[in-house]
Amino acid sequence: MFLDFFYNLRGRGLKVTTHNWLALMEALGQGLHEQSLSGFYQVARCVLITNEAHYDEFDRAFAETFRGVKDVRADILDDLEAWLKDPKRLEYLDPELLAALKELDVDELRRQFFERLKEQKERHEGGNRWIGTGGTSPFGTGGKHPSGVRVGGGGGRSALAVADARRFRELRRDLVLDTRQIAAALRRLRKLSRDEGEPELDIDATIGATARNCGDLEIVMQPPRKNSVRLLLLLDVGGSMDPHAELVSRLFSAAHQAGNFRELRSYYFHNCVYGSVYEDAHFTQRVATEELLTTLDQKWFLVLVGDAYMHPGELMMSGGDWWMDGRGPTGLTWLARLADRFPRSAWINPEPEKLWTTGTIAEVAQVFPMFSLTLDGLGTMVRHLRRPPSPGRAARVARLAQTG
Amino acid sequence: MPYSPAVQQTFLGTERYIVSPELSRSVDVAIALRRPLLIKGEPGTGKTLLARDIAQYYGFGLERWHVKSTTKAIDGLYTYDAVRRLHDSRFQGGDVNDIRQYIRLGPLGRAFKREDRAVVLIDEIDKADLEFPNDLLHELDAMEFTIMETGESIAARQRPIVIITSNNEKELPDAFLRRCVFHWIAFPDRELMTRILRVHHPDVEDALLAGALDAFYQLRDVDGLRKRPSTSELIDWIAALRHAGFDPAKLLGAGLPFLGTLLKKEQDFATVARRMQRGALSGRRS
Repeated sequence: MFLDFFYNLRGRGLKVTTHNWLALMEALGQGLHEQSLSGFYQVARCVLITNEAHYDEFDRAFAETFRGVKDVRADILDDLEAWLKDPKRLEYLDPELLAALKELDVDELRRQFFERLKEQKERHEGGNRWIGTGGTSPFGTGGKHPSGVRVGGGGGRSALAVADARRFRELRRDLVLDTRQIAAALRRLRKLSRDEGEPELDIDATIGATARNCGDLEIVMQPPRKNSVRLLLLLDVGGSMDPHAELVSRLFSAAHQAGNFRELRSYYFHNCVYGSVYEDAHFTQRVATEELLTTLDQKWFLVLVGDAYMHPGELMMSGGDWWMDGRGPTGLTWLARLADRFPRSAWINPEPEKLWTTGTIAEVAQVFPMFSLTLDGLGTMVRHLRRPPSPGRAARVARLAQTG
Repeated sequence: MPYSPAVQQTFLGTERYIVSPELSRSVDVAIALRRPLLIKGEPGTGKTLLARDIAQYYGFGLERWHVKSTTKAIDGLYTYDAVRRLHDSRFQGGDVNDIRQYIRLGPLGRAFKREDRAVVLIDEIDKADLEFPNDLLHELDAMEFTIMETGESIAARQRPIVIITSNNEKELPDAFLRRCVFHWIAFPDRELMTRILRVHHPDVEDALLAGALDAFYQLRDVDGLRKRPSTSELIDWIAALRHAGFDPAKLLGAGLPFLGTLLKKEQDFATVARRMQRGALSGRRS
């Protein structure tokens, strides 16, 4: 069962290494869990998990592995205790026991819990504490039993109830929480370089030069280290993007806050980029897309935010821009031109990933690598942007940019 | 391996600092496994104060190292003041040949040299460069280092307890994380919060406390807040309410007085004001 837990954790994608596992053994060997399941839960969590985003998966693995569930031979609990008391001796439980343990249900656990509670009161005063701080009970610091009745003050909750409560769900990585976290993700785009700015004293070089100069002071200056990343942000607004407005505005303010970009420019478009983009979300200040293509060099990072969800005609028809007269290149061509000009580019899509394989989203994903608007997605995007673009995609994009 | 007597006592927090059982267990584990304890959590949950409190609880010394964006790993061990030496060599001050005069120990170095056991706080490790934690791996493992300029090696007399806090601004390297015991300070629930508030306001009326807690947790539940109010802000708020002598029963009716102590962003004010108009924040929780 013990090893099951280990593999269950790993099966859930948690990077638990043997190194951590041995540390856990050492901790248990020193009796840090105080022979209780909740103690074990706490020790295991702080040794094995190094990111609060993984707490939720940990809780689920824990609940799954240690959930007892049916009519039990009383000795199962004793065995569990014995195992907790001496993890080295009992590294696994025999299969029969394991099967029975799996069937031990919550009601049974609850019944036993109350039985023990009664027993305690008969035996000694303040018996709550006995269950409260665990002792040898599998209920751990069971101030609460699984359905949530508090027993006495100051108690915690049973390890399984704690694990089941999924208190850390909101810390998961695949949800976007707030501006600060987005800013933190974007900050990883940073690339420091020394090329311009008010020079500062280079101490090491000064000392070297002074020494070579027989001790006469020779001052060496150098430009300061600054973030050299320039970011061009294009945001889809209105229509199908309205449900995501709040999220996108957080991303937008995070990009500005994270600051430290040498230059950050943001423009708006509707559904797809055509001949022009706009400086404001009300589409009054026009800027020609051609101008962006010619004035900004390829060192710029390009990030588009949009659901890429539109009428196919808007993407594929020449002059597909409903808002303009005349015919011009298709939306897809404009996108390809952008991707061709800015090899380090990405598309952030707030729609759930499972929709990406269909319709216009799939078409756009041919041009821009697509990432979801979650912390995980942003992290992957940043890693992607830091790598050189793939030659295959570059060739495809170049071909698309020529047509239309 | 430096000598380090096992600490038998379980860390239980002090009068001024209330810890959850989970945090207290994490501290025990970190001390027993002789690994650094990495603490994360929402702002205002007392990450930084923990180190001070552990030092106080066990009667150990405390060395603080506040990390900034320009901090390098070696700064925590020692700094070599080359500029002063250069200055002295040119203007004849001090003994330029004695390089030790220009070496100053950093917080970690001082902790190693101390006769008594120390708690080292490495505060906001995520502010520094990405490679910073990796550069410290060896020193934190072996608890010794060599001063390159003099060749002197410094080993810890007693293994310090290392507490590291992070605000999640950068991801920490895996190799570093693997060596840490990790704890995320969850936001205190009502019960723990009541105990914490009792520490800071021992003589507060029950009614005011209950009313303030109701309002506080409702505020935290409002969707779309840019910055949710934290413990320290609640403590300030109660101080303000008591100072003004507010009637606890009318707290919500009065439109949450001194909201500025709880909310720090303009947009949040607007969000909350909208909610209050709609009557979403009213009355007591049933």
